[in-house]
Amino acid sequence: MARPAGIPEFEGGRLLANLMYFARTLRAAGMPVGPGRLLAAVEAVRAVGLTDRRDFYWTLHAVFVNRRDQRELFDQAFHIFWRNPRILEKALAMVLPQTRMDTGEPQVEMIKRLAEALHGTGGRDEPAEEQIELDAALTFSERELLQKADFEQMSTEELSLAKQALARMRLPLMDVKTRRFTPDPAGPRVDMRATLRAALRNGAGAIPLKRRRVKTNHPPLVILCDISGSMSRYSRLFLHFMHAVTNDRDRVHTFLFGTRLTNVTRYLRAKDIDVAVDRVTGAVDDWSGGTRIGECLAEFNRRWSRRVLGQGAVVLFISDGLDRAAGEGLGPVMERLHKSCRRLIWLNPLLRYEAFEPKSLGMKAILPHVDEFRPVHNLASLSSLIEALSRPAGRRLEAAAEWRPNAA
Amino acid sequence: MPSSPLPVSVDATAALLAGQRYVADRSLATAVFLALKLGRPLFLEGEAGVGKTEIAKVLASGLGRRLIRLQCYEGLDIASAVYEWNYARQMLEIRLAEAGSASREEIQRDIFDARFLIKRPLLQALEADAGGAPVLLIDELDRTDEPFEAYLLEVLSDFQVTIPEIGTIKAAEPPIVIVTSNRTREIHDALKRRCFYHWVDYPTAQRELEILAVKAPTAGEALSREVVGFVQGLRKMDLFKQPGVAETIDWAEALMQLDALTLTPEAINDTLGVILKYQDDIQRLQGSEAQRLLEQVKAELGGQSVA
Repeated sequence: MARPAGIPEFEGGRLLANLMYFARTLRAAGMPVGPGRLLAAVEAVRAVGLTDRRDFYWTLHAVFVNRRDQRELFDQAFHIFWRNPRILEKALAMVLPQTRMDTGEPQVEMIKRLAEALHGTGGRDEPAEEQIELDAALTFSERELLQKADFEQMSTEELSLAKQALARMRLPLMDVKTRRFTPDPAGPRVDMRATLRAALRNGAGAIPLKRRRVKTNHPPLVILCDISGSMSRYSRLFLHFMHAVTNDRDRVHTFLFGTRLTNVTRYLRAKDIDVAVDRVTGAVDDWSGGTRIGECLAEFNRRWSRRVLGQGAVVLFISDGLDRAAGEGLGPVMERLHKSCRRLIWLNPLLRYEAFEPKSLGMKAILPHVDEFRPVHNLASLSSLIEALSRPAGRRLEAAAEWRPNAA
Repeated sequence: MPSSPLPVSVDATAALLAGQRYVADRSLATAVFLALKLGRPLFLEGEAGVGKTEIAKVLASGLGRRLIRLQCYEGLDIASAVYEWNYARQMLEIRLAEAGSASREEIQRDIFDARFLIKRPLLQALEADAGGAPVLLIDELDRTDEPFEAYLLEVLSDFQVTIPEIGTIKAAEPPIVIVTSNRTREIHDALKRRCFYHWVDYPTAQRELEILAVKAPTAGEALSREVVGFVQGLRKMDLFKQPGVAETIDWAEALMQLDALTLTPEAINDTLGVILKYQDDIQRLQGSEAQRLLEQVKAELGGQSVA
């Protein structure tokens, strides 16, 4: 600590180069680190000084990390890189276990993307969170069926039809009032600022009143889609639907669940539908397996609900309600979900006949907690899906009342 | 208020925070030091009740600066965050000018004058202050909507505000900006990029004991240890909302009000509402689960004192 802060000579410029390599390593590992960040890092290291490894760590941390889920990646990268900066060259020449052997540290599994970044073989460009999620999820039981889905590509004609259908879509509760205003000659409120500016433009004499009204906007949409075996014949259709909605408007979050919950929002943002579907199928491992609705929704409530349901979101829950755990623990979880969103819409695509009665235990557990129940008897196309969603809304909770066993 | 100079090192920053009875990690002190030294905003994210807002208050009093607080909410607009024109006075001015037969240009020049400008927190923060640049706390940014976030970009990167009628107002000395977020939604990368980021985590048991010793000094050593052990145990459980540091302090104080010298199952059941704020969590913990955790904590503490 005796050396003054802001050491002028950075070990003959070696530190600068090393900082640059470190920044490049982070970027290769998928963190958004640009030249601006690198400059900020140099400036920050100058300000703090090179006295303490811990301070150095937290200095770089403050500059490079800007999301919580990047911390783990940064931590590993820091320790691997700054123990021996030339590990990059070494790692290129050597296989991974050997490089780790001579460190004598407890052998922590290196994050795969970091390993790829250090080896220079990286070709994957997935965001950080997904990888970590997969790592954490490897402890699930053997019950789940891991398989990759294979979808045929969408034709141009289908694509244009989808766009048309989507333009017709009116979700129940499509628009809500915001607390902002927009100019409107027939609006109910006077816009004083605009009035005064107009008055000046007019010169003296009468002051024409300018008016405004409250702006409306669609609430955020959160889609929770079941991709278990019983739903598999519709998976492709739903993927197309979710992709179209994601690209059509902002604030859409998409989660897929079967035996585990996967956030696929970022993959679906790819403009091209085939690229998006490819990425989603690459990220999801539980296509057409079993369903654990309760567990997946509990995880959603705990990890995501406060982050994506914050601004009065509408939740679209797509599932047939057939649960492997026979609805156990599903009721309270559904209730929590219902209470933390503006409106919960359940779309059930597997009702084949008119005289349907919700008999399965899973359905019975879900039904008391949904605002809208939208069964579809034969879901043939995107437009029939959108038609089902666009039927006018009832009042909260009442809309699903007729389906409840003890409606009276 | 006499303003003190900015700290010159990470150690000095830690000492400054400690002097204001704020127990900070080395990592937080580093981030605060960088923000002060390089004049960039500090972006603090973390669960509720881990002391994010407190940092701004502590910095303001420690450095002898004015604290300007902007509480964010949905629909926060320029009129309530930055500035507003005093329309009534402007109208009056127009009438007076007409009576005095002023020319149109004169009116235009006069009416959008700084005299008619009502300054709101962001504009106030850009004003020069005798005691040095103020501390600007933009609290719970995640509660406002994206348009306001976008507006902040200009303020946070160049410390300036553009008023169409007047022009650009730039701060002579940039304010010390602290932005906090509870992460009820993700803040856009463009805004985070302009700041130093720090995730304020739950403290370790040792750190939490230090905090209790500072914030609730009258609680006995034994009670503090048990409270911290119990809360740390709770944070390992799969709860909907884990208790923050604020809850720990509140709980210690509540237990003292009930004259508890050590934790007992009854005392826990009576005061569970202080640390857990969701009915599901409370139900889950009431009775046997709380007792199990308490026994575990006591066993651990017993083992510590023997060793």
